[in-house]
Amino acid sequence: MMRSVGTLTRADLAETINRKLGFSRAESLALVEEILAKMCNAMATGENVKISGFGTFILRDKRERVGRNPKTGIEVPITPRRVMTFRASQKLKDRITKGA
Amino acid sequence: MIRSELLEALTADNPDLRPDEVEQVADIFFEEIGARLAEGGRVELRGFGTFSTRLRNARTGRNPRTGDPVDVPSKRVPYFKPGKEMRERLNTD
Repeated sequence: MMRSVGTLTRADLAETINRKLGFSRAESLALVEEILAKMCNAMATGENVKISGFGTFILRDKRERVGRNPKTGIEVPITPRRVMTFRASQKLKDRITKGA
Repeated sequence: MIRSELLEALTADNPDLRPDEVEQVADIFFEEIGARLAEGGRVELRGFGTFSTRLRNARTGRNPRTGDPVDVPSKRVPYFKPGKEMRERLNTD
């Protein structure tokens, strides 16, 4: 049914940029890192990141709650924290549903 | 931050590149991730996070207006898990 495909990494993204646009491998990899760093920096300052046609990275603030060590069963407080979620755009969802 | 702001920031940091070149780079970046997910693969960007897809089983849904049962086929949905460094960065003041 669905063919098993490998994992895409930074190196693969850089490789495609190098092949399609002709930038050097080093420059292509640097650009990939920069895109990630820019998005990461925005989120570190509390901004959501919205990429039209792809999806939105949304920050959520979680309150403190009581958790449990699954091994010992001892209750431990889980500190309040900020987490990041990804909401895919309708376009990306449709694409994945259709498969390729 | 929205897509156009990301492009502006990248252009500002890469004066040797034209804005349309920066846009092509970003297009390839997001396009390749989407393509791999559509093929059923995963995308691992260490430190940032991992994109994958998960299978949702077929179920019987309801038309919210009429209450009629509707068969919802099984489908793949995108999933993202933030990386360790990303999680930590979000929680350092």
